[in-house]
This record gives sequence, structure tokens and C-alpha cells, in this order.
Amino acid sequence: MKDLIKKLTETYGPSGREEQIREVIRGEIEGLADEVRVDTMGNLIALKRGKGEGLKVMLAAHMDEIGIIVTHVDEKGFLRFAPVGGVHPLALLGGRAVFADGTVGTFGLEKREPGEEEKIPSLDKLYLDVGAKDKDSVPVGVGDIACFQRPFVAQGDRFIAKALDDRIGCAVLIQVMRDLEASPHDVYFVFSVQEEVGLRGAITSAYGIHPDLGISIDVTGTGDTPEARTLAVSLGEGPAVKVKDRGMLAHPAVKNLLVKTAEELGIPYQIEVLERGTTDATAIQISREGVPAGCLSIPCRYVHTPSEMVDQNDVLNAVRLLVALLSKPIELG
Amino acid sequence: MVLKELSEAFGVSGCEDEVRQVIIEAIKDHVDEYRVDSMGNLIALERGTGESELKVMVAAHMDEVGLMITHIEKDGTLRFRPVGGIDDRILLSKVVLIGKDRLPGVIGVKPVHLLEEKELKQVVKVDQMVIDIGATSKEEAEKAVKIGDYAVFATRFCQLTEDGLRTVKGKAFDDRAGCTVLIEVLKERYPFDLYPVFTVQEEVGLRGARVAAYAIEPNIAFALEGTICDDMPKKRDVSPSTRLGAGPAITIMDRSFIADRGLVKLLVETAEELGIPYQFKQPGVGGTDAGAIHLAKEGVPSVTVAVPCRYIHSPVCLLSLQDLENTVRLMKGALTKLTTWTLASD
Repeated sequence: MKDLIKKLTETYGPSGREEQIREVIRGEIEGLADEVRVDTMGNLIALKRGKGEGLKVMLAAHMDEIGIIVTHVDEKGFLRFAPVGGVHPLALLGGRAVFADGTVGTFGLEKREPGEEEKIPSLDKLYLDVGAKDKDSVPVGVGDIACFQRPFVAQGDRFIAKALDDRIGCAVLIQVMRDLEASPHDVYFVFSVQEEVGLRGAITSAYGIHPDLGISIDVTGTGDTPEARTLAVSLGEGPAVKVKDRGMLAHPAVKNLLVKTAEELGIPYQIEVLERGTTDATAIQISREGVPAGCLSIPCRYVHTPSEMVDQNDVLNAVRLLVALLSKPIELG
Repeated sequence: MVLKELSEAFGVSGCEDEVRQVIIEAIKDHVDEYRVDSMGNLIALERGTGESELKVMVAAHMDEVGLMITHIEKDGTLRFRPVGGIDDRILLSKVVLIGKDRLPGVIGVKPVHLLEEKELKQVVKVDQMVIDIGATSKEEAEKAVKIGDYAVFATRFCQLTEDGLRTVKGKAFDDRAGCTVLIEVLKERYPFDLYPVFTVQEEVGLRGARVAAYAIEPNIAFALEGTICDDMPKKRDVSPSTRLGAGPAITIMDRSFIADRGLVKLLVETAEELGIPYQFKQPGVGGTDAGAIHLAKEGVPSVTVAVPCRYIHSPVCLLSLQDLENTVRLMKGALTKLTTWTLASD
């Protein structure tokens, strides 16, 4: 999966500008599904039909990543920007951003008055420098969106890359499509758009699919780094079964199904209670008259920075868990 | 002028009846059908020529920000709360009209003579303010006002300049400007079924648009707005949200949605072909009915076009009639070209 993850994470695809990443994923899943379509919002939806006796299952991983949108180009050719999704100023400085057309910019910071230097600057004190000599030579304009530019690294069991949130979920979905041989269920693999700006792709795709069961595959934070916020999730100790996050209380039957499947397989898993953040499962759960929903999380350090980190064993175990879960009849009782 | 009539009409979120009546009078001879739904949205249908199967929704919201009476004090003054986003600093000493009978009242202010130095630097919070209707007791006030009554700013519409930008001032241009544009746009017939929708409760959470889009299930949607225009001179070379006189403002992204790129391109190319000035609204700020519409059912490709309005969400706004007319021209031109257009999602 390493090459797949490298390809997915290095591709451009901020919220609302998912065309490039969608084409990459479409290429990867070619021949693996009975139907593939792109809906109105831009979600890529692949259906792998079952034997006709199971449930309609929706698995969702979002294609989009956080980024910035140009709000102004000044007379000297420097760009001001607004965040697309949760962008922290500390994650930008020293980094680079890349636009859909390949234009690269580096982040700069205005001078700060004495007393201000110790504080974290707000985003409006930052600008993007694309190396232009003046306003007329800037190759991009207001409304253009950029994401982080950063190469993928595999080091031991650990992967470091931008946009592991949530290309790692996309990679898991693709691998499940490859490994799943026969399922009683109609499985809809949804590569969703605009998760980072409000779960928007999941809202419309869940409505369209009207599933009996929804599971999102997304990253979660960890509590295993120095002086970390308390969170009983560590890198490399197995995929995390979500109990709750800020937006959703997982359906207990879905949570139990994920736990039971992991235990039957004898693979490690962790239980996740996340105080911040949420996933596509939140939108799926309250679609139409409601959908039993849960989330299988890949533990990830440094989420929403250009250097997120996951452990490949967690990724492989997530794939095994999902393949096993989908290969058997499901009782949600 | 319908903009004058709409601007002076009473229509705080949840109480849009008077605005709706003005609009019904203005559109009834131009549409094939209209109805009022359970939320109070005015949903009209103008049938197309039959050349196209598309259903196109164009929305503008009828409601405005305002006040609601929450409590009547023993001395006959009225406590109140804002409905929609209002800056506490713009409230003091304003004249308001309460209820549909437009009972006048004044938001009281302590005279400058009595202010202590530190008070001059403080913002008075809305919960410290009262509306004074001249009553001397709770009983007297209760004869004229009830808890839950709405109030609007008492602002007369007038034209400030006859030449150039032809600037007008009035209240509630957000979004009576959009309503005015929509009334003009629907006077033409298009190849597709056009659903002009005048929505309720936008200012308190895009609530009317949500249910209207669910019911109509359009293929494409436009939201028409009166939008933030912050073009006062600035010390730094940073973006104004929009500029007065620079033409209709097209939204690429705001807090509520990311516009369909195909529709943005349609608007830009239409403007360029027709020689209409246009601008992009500064990305990332504000939200419109398009935020609710684009997520209806399986999703609706959407875009927002707005008339720049200075000082919105205050007792008085300013807009340029030239911008307003250009917004009408742009929308008519874009809708005429729409059936031959490719959406971003296609």
C-alpha cells in the first residue's frame, strides 16, 4: 500500500477542488466496482454489489484536505488568504503551498511589534509569496485554492505526509475494494468532498445512497506524544473504534460490531473518545430518518500539519477488519 | 420604486408577511403560479418555453435583522434582544418601530454630560439598553406592546445622488436588494422552469431556503444577496469585501458553501460578453441561502450573486442603483445562456 499512499498524499486536493485527487482514485479503483459515478457535489461513489441478501453499507473516506484560498493580491504581488478548513498559523510558517496549476508559494510573516513576538500570529499577519515581481506577474488570483506541498516519507513502520487526513482513509477503502472477494452486502465506497469545511459531501451522498449502515474511515489524534492532550489512543496499537467525538455518539451496535470483528480476527484495536473534531459519520447518522453509524479511525499524529504521521500496521489492520466485517452477514440488533 | 417599498416594509426574521405582500403584488402578473409554504417562503413558478428540462431556483431572502421585545419593565420601558447579527454599538439612540402598527420608540442613551471617562471607552451591551416608548408604567406599555413583538429601525428610503453611481440609502438592503433583482429577473421568460423563491429566516440560519430547496429539488440554484461592502480607505493594502460601484459580486467561497465552479465561470463569461463590470466577493466571509440550498437532498450546484451594500446589519445601508441594474443584467444574461452551459460536476 505504500506506493498507493504516497501517490494519494502527494496529490493536490483541497476542499472544493477535488478534481485531481478524484481522477487519481478513479484510476486506482478501475475494474474493482460494479458501478462508479460522481454525484452533483463531486463525491466519487463506487458500488460493489453483494449477493443480494445483505445490507446497503456506506463506507466513507474524504478526498479533500485543508488549504488556503486567495482573498487579495496586493500591488507588490503578495497574496493574502483565508483558511479552507482548520488551518493553524503555526502549521504554515516555513512551509509551502501549491495551487492546482502547480504554482508554489512560501509563507511569510509581517513584522511584529515588541511584545507581540511571543504570541502566535493570526492568519491575517501572514501572506503567501509566489516570487512575483509585481501584481501583474502573479499567476494565480482571488478565489484560487492551494494546499500544502510536502513529499511522502516512509520510515520503518511510520508514514509521514501531508493530507494523511484523510487520504489514508481513501487508501484503506481502495485496499478493501481490492481485497474484498465476496460480500453479502451492497457496499458503497464513497470518496467524499468538502469534509474539512463541514461534512458537506457526506450530507448529500448519504441522502442519495440511503444506506442501512454507515462507517467513516478517518484519522484521529493520539495522546502518545510529549505533553499531549489526554487521549487514550497511540500510534501502532491498532485502528481505533470510535465511541464518540464532538459531532457523533456512535451507534452502539456499530461500535460493538467493529470491536467484535477485531476480537474474532485477533487484531489489536483501541477505543476512541475524541473531544475535538468529527467525521463524515456525523452527517451520515442524521441523514433522512437516521442511519446506524460509526467510525473506524486511523491514529495519526500532527493532524492538520504538513507532516502528519501514521503507523502502517494500524492501516493494514483497519483493512483486515473491514474486509472481515463486510464478508459476513451483519446483525445490527 | 419597488426597492423603496421593500426597504421600508417591516420584515424581521419570522415576521415577513408585509414584505411578502409587497412582493406578491409585484410578481403576480408575471408568474404562472405562486404559493406560500409552511415556513412562509413565497415560492413562485414561471414555466419555461419547454426547450429545457432544468428546474432552476433563484432565491432572495425577505427577512431582515431587527429586534424582539423580551420584557416590559415596571417603568414602562422595554427590554429587547437582537434577531440576527447586530453589533451592540449601532443601537444606542436609534428610533425603532414596534409591531405592525409601527409604534415608535427610542433606544435610550445616557447624555454625554453624565458619562464618566471610563464609560466613554466602553461598549454598552444590548442587555443594558431599553426602548423608551414614552409610557410611564408597565400597565400603560402593555396596552401598546406585547412580549414577542418585533421592532425594525425607522429608516426612510431616499436617493443620495442622481448621477454617477446613483446611490440610495435605506434599511434592509440585505436582502431587499436581492428581492428587487429577482423581481426584475422573473419578468423575462427562460427556456427552463424558473422557481423564484423569496425566503424567510435567512438571518437566523438559512432556515427558509433549506425547506424550499427540499421541496423544489432544483437542478441548479442562484442566491441573490445584498452583501458586505467594506470599501472605506484602509491603511494597509488588503482586500475590501466588495467595492461600491464595481458591479455585481460573485461568491467563490464563503463560510456556508463553495460555489459551483461552472456557474462562477458562466457568470464571469456572461459579464465579459455583455461588458458588465463584476467583482469577486472576498472569499471566506459571510454566508447565504446557497449554503442551505446546495446541500438539499443529493446536492444542488449553486452560486451567489450580490449587490454590494455598505453598512449592512445597521439601521441604514447604501447601495448603487448602477450596481443593482448591472446585477439584473448579469442574472438575465446568465440565465439565458444557462441551458448551453456545463456544470463543474458534469
